Amino acid sequence: MSIDLETAAKVAKLARIKVEDDALPALADEFNTILGFIEQLNEVDVDGVEPMTSVTPQRLKRREDVVTDGHMPEKILSNAPDAREGFFAVPKVME
Amino acid sequence: MTELNKLTLAEARDKLRAGDVTSVELTQACLDAIEGADALGAFVHKTPEIALERARAADARIAQGDAPAMCGLPIGIKDLFCTKGVDSQAASRILQGFKPEYESTVSQQLLDDGAVMLGKLNMDEFAMGSSNETSVYGNVVNPWKVDDRALTPGGSSGGSAAAVAADLCLAATGTDTGGSIRQPAAFTGITGIKPTYGRCSRWGIVAFASSLDQAGPMTKDVRDAAIMLQAMCGHDPKDSTSADIPVPDFEAMLTGDVKGKVIGIPREYRMDGMPEEIEKLWADGTAMLKDAGAEIRDISLPHTKYALPAYYVIAPAEASSNLARYDGVRYGHRAKLAQGDGITEMYEKTRAEGFGHEVQRRVMVGTYVLSAGFYDAYYNRARKVRTLIKRDFEQVFDSGIDAILTPATPSAAFGLGEMAQADPVQMYLNDVFTVTVNLAGLPGVSLPAGLDKQGLPLGLQLIGRPWEEGDLLNTAYALERAAGFVAKPAKWW
Repeated sequence: MSIDLETAAKVAKLARIKVEDDALPALADEFNTILGFIEQLNEVDVDGVEPMTSVTPQRLKRREDVVTDGHMPEKILSNAPDAREGFFAVPKVME
Repeated sequence: MTELNKLTLAEARDKLRAGDVTSVELTQACLDAIEGADALGAFVHKTPEIALERARAADARIAQGDAPAMCGLPIGIKDLFCTKGVDSQAASRILQGFKPEYESTVSQQLLDDGAVMLGKLNMDEFAMGSSNETSVYGNVVNPWKVDDRALTPGGSSGGSAAAVAADLCLAATGTDTGGSIRQPAAFTGITGIKPTYGRCSRWGIVAFASSLDQAGPMTKDVRDAAIMLQAMCGHDPKDSTSADIPVPDFEAMLTGDVKGKVIGIPREYRMDGMPEEIEKLWADGTAMLKDAGAEIRDISLPHTKYALPAYYVIAPAEASSNLARYDGVRYGHRAKLAQGDGITEMYEKTRAEGFGHEVQRRVMVGTYVLSAGFYDAYYNRARKVRTLIKRDFEQVFDSGIDAILTPATPSAAFGLGEMAQADPVQMYLNDVFTVTVNLAGLPGVSLPAGLDKQGLPLGLQLIGRPWEEGDLLNTAYALERAAGFVAKPAKWW
């Protein structure tokens, strides 16, 4: 599998990272180096092997589905780059 | 009398309890050492006022006879840990100015025990790196120096390693996703343990790869690792993967007696082109454990070769998901927008400006391996290989092996900038001996065992059974005593 410029641009878009057009060739090269390294995994016989979901065999803990925390909007907003009237503010999302 | 900042945790604890020294004196000695060590780049947010306030509180507590082991002991905290009201930015521009409203469970437990935070320690950005060269704060320099080169302290816990090795603090917290405690410990001649996955709560630690991340102590010796790990461990309802099992008294388990223990030597860790000195160190370590009464057995971990490629699918995949939260909305950096820019441009520009090159690369690799059409070929295949890697270890432990001895790193510390022209995979090879342990969720400890020809420290790694950190630390203690490593870097900073 080789990554072309179009794929590199698509991945950048999916990751929501702006990559200038002139930086795409170098990025695609790096992807190809890393993916070339990862390709080794194809040598392994994984027939009938379950993909790991949890490294320790324990079952995740359960608790009642109830509210346990809250009522601290000032704390939640204290690090926001732009907070107004108790809300996070972002650029307009609808025309 | 030894300078106070040079004490181990155990020595300082005993002196505090005996009334020979105060926490304020210990803390001031460390603060003075930190002030004179800017050339190392280890401490990036200094908190002297907080430190002295906590030291005074610790002294009052000790005077009342209520003193847990860590009470009054000055330590550094890796920048990856959220600390209430104190900058916590994972060495990334995207978290510039972020001051958490909460404290991570691990740092809270240390605080509850009376430990004194001196400040936050430098690291690779989001813990992604093996040389501490991806930090927004700039490089950390290894206190060890053998010529005019500035050497890497390793990564990602490079600031923690350098600070402990240079006696700027008595000990420090680290985190380890693929070797980030053990590799820098080896490069700086100190001890570091990554406990079993689930031992330390991950709550409040900036997430990199959640199925691999574990916190652990970085200390001057094995006893200190036992003392500090004790304070960091324990069940936390706020982390759903935190293990609800008792934590034994690790320090009490340090007897140095390894008679009858079976130590495995994995043949797959003998890499082509491995430096002779590393081979010799490994053979010497094996002989020391044998002399101490352990039985040595050759073992095989056949899927070792596939650990790094599996890691470089799984870790970026999890990182791409975890780092999706840095969007310029809730905290940290937001890019300045142009006229007409919408929310998508805000995300894209913020993340391009806020993330460094290595972080961007890993997020995008992770995005790719999780994307439609490639999920099975990459991500699921890597998770299957991970199952096989864990099975290798289970079979070895089932056959009666108590611990596995390997080199900690494939080389001694290298020069900062020396890997700049290498492709990213060359840097990833630093973690070849450590990354298997994260994939299998096992405890692993790195301890200094000798110097190379240049005079730089080299480390050995011991890997233990799940939840048996106490036994593992005891084996490490026996090895430490036999190796007798006492070298310290000569002060040049």
